[in-house]
Amino acid sequence: MSPEYQGKTLVVWRGMALAMVLTGATASAAGARSSDGSFMSSRRFMQRDGEVIYRTVCQGCHMAAAQDAVGAGGYPALVNNPKLATAGYPVLVVVNGSKGMPPFGALLDDEQVAAVVNYVRSHFGNSYPDSISPTDVRLARP
Amino acid sequence: MAEQRKAPTSRRRLLAMIGTAAGSSAMYQAMTTLGLAAESTYKGPIRLEGDPKGASVLVLGAGVAGLVAALELHQAGYKVQVLEYNDRAGGRCWSLRGGDRFTELGGFEQTCGFDKDLYFNPGPWRIPYHHGGILNYCKRLGVSLEPFIQVNYNAYLHARDAFGGKPQRLRHILADFHGSVAELLAKAVSQDKLDQPVTAGDKELLLEALRQWGALDDNYAYKVGVLSSERRGYQRDPGGGLMDEAVPSEPLPFAEILRSRVWLRLVLGQIYEYQSTIFQPVGGMDMIARAFVREIGSLIRYNAKVTAIKQDDKHVTVTFVDARTGGAPMTATADWCLCTIPLSVLDQIDLNVGAPMMNAINAVPYGAAAKIGLQFKRRFWEEDEQIYGGITYTDLPIWQIGYPNTNYGGSGKGVLLGAYVFDSPYAYEFTALPPEDRLKKAVEYGAQIHPQYETDYENGIAVGWHRVPWVLGCFGRWTEEARKQHYKDLCEIDGRIALAGEHASNIPAWQEGAVLSSLDAISRLHQRVVAG
Repeated sequence: MSPEYQGKTLVVWRGMALAMVLTGATASAAGARSSDGSFMSSRRFMQRDGEVIYRTVCQGCHMAAAQDAVGAGGYPALVNNPKLATAGYPVLVVVNGSKGMPPFGALLDDEQVAAVVNYVRSHFGNSYPDSISPTDVRLARP
Repeated sequence: MAEQRKAPTSRRRLLAMIGTAAGSSAMYQAMTTLGLAAESTYKGPIRLEGDPKGASVLVLGAGVAGLVAALELHQAGYKVQVLEYNDRAGGRCWSLRGGDRFTELGGFEQTCGFDKDLYFNPGPWRIPYHHGGILNYCKRLGVSLEPFIQVNYNAYLHARDAFGGKPQRLRHILADFHGSVAELLAKAVSQDKLDQPVTAGDKELLLEALRQWGALDDNYAYKVGVLSSERRGYQRDPGGGLMDEAVPSEPLPFAEILRSRVWLRLVLGQIYEYQSTIFQPVGGMDMIARAFVREIGSLIRYNAKVTAIKQDDKHVTVTFVDARTGGAPMTATADWCLCTIPLSVLDQIDLNVGAPMMNAINAVPYGAAAKIGLQFKRRFWEEDEQIYGGITYTDLPIWQIGYPNTNYGGSGKGVLLGAYVFDSPYAYEFTALPPEDRLKKAVEYGAQIHPQYETDYENGIAVGWHRVPWVLGCFGRWTEEARKQHYKDLCEIDGRIALAGEHASNIPAWQEGAVLSSLDAISRLHQRVVAG
């Protein structure tokens, strides 16, 4: 991630100062404690594998089977989702967020974004033959 | 760090490091106020003067913003109806108690297994003294408050890779950090090694200040003795009669404190929103919601899931269905609408407002947060460790352990806040786990600080805010750019529709933001009404 990009996504809300203090641990202090890369850093996702990223991050909203979830509002299903036809679209959504969905561009590097987008586009009833590269993700970043 | 291990650390280098630390905390302070109102602008109870002439208002959402609006508009003579998705009022002003059930998006259902009178606030849990709006409603509605302990000198600061993983008492880190910094600075000052010249008179004053601040001895040394122990505590405390004499305690090596980075947390209690005095409602945060319900509960229709909000030049018509059973759509109509529905939900509702407000609604992502309450057989933190209220901070993925700020010395069970993370990968990772695994993780990490977890843990309840069906996140996470571009458009009344909530405030994620936003919105709405 480029410093410029970090700057662009700098979030200013009153809790920011607290979040900075609370996430103060360095990457080295986080250490390697988990086999799949989850719970390793308070600042960046350390998971590398697309499926692992889905299971340990995206699933929080998009559910284990990528089905929709409905309450007062809800999350769209990724199952058989035609919006995934063009890989560029999910890349943009993951990097920049969309409406209520937060941006993940500062938390995932290009390889991680590519890995998880490729995973979703080839699972959950989606079988798009093309895959996206980290370079494509880099070019998609604002 | 490796770089510093190569050679003995020079005083100048250390000072530079301290400067970095001091600069950082100064930066944190600056950032809390950056571009934002620094404090509550509450000006006392609202006065909606003038006759609303029978005008009606539909309030959407019975969270803090909606409750405030309903109460005030009702008292000002409006016909008010409130539609609420949940079967209770309060929204994020919410407490979970034994027997309460919580079903999250995706279907996991948790039943809270806490003992009677024990609770956990999944949402807000503290009220700063300067949040005058919410405090005034507590006063007006008879909500009893008690102190929320933010800084407990006997709670821990913990870093996995420092001090052999052993948690350190805050008083030790605080006293030793101040003492060591004071000693270094005093040496630099007395040897005229400061980059900035200091007048002779100021030099004397500065040395005296450093001696007092850091608990230094007459030679400006911070070392084992009564002076330092009066800050950090003794190895053996003074006793009575013929008891053994007091034994002073040994300060920690300064280099180890520096490398631990736990000094980052020393600033927390100085942040404006965390300064004493902070309050919590006695018995749970939702006592505030319950107090509102006592006043205006009859105006609220529960289990109403809003599906459309349509306005024309005379009315606003809201379509809703029963949140539990679905069924045939129903409608409610009023002259005006105050909508407090979180933007993450509102952006999915059929709504006819102009492009500026619509763009604003779509511009705010919702932050991640996870909070976990854990019940233990006994209050071991009090019995074994003399920790009465307050918070332990750690670099483990649970970030904090909050001790109950109430019922000190109680002999029964107790509930800890076992994790509170937000705006971090950890918050997403906790949310992605099934609830039972969230609990397992929280217990596993917490046991690294309190081994008593292994024997005394009983049950818990875990809330990942992106799974909460009626908010889909914790709070509106404005970026500076988005705020510049859209905030005003979000707050301006669009025809007959006004928005309110923490998301329409400069105090996001705090109940005070919801109160002020609501008061501001209904004041402007009222002006329109009385102006005819």
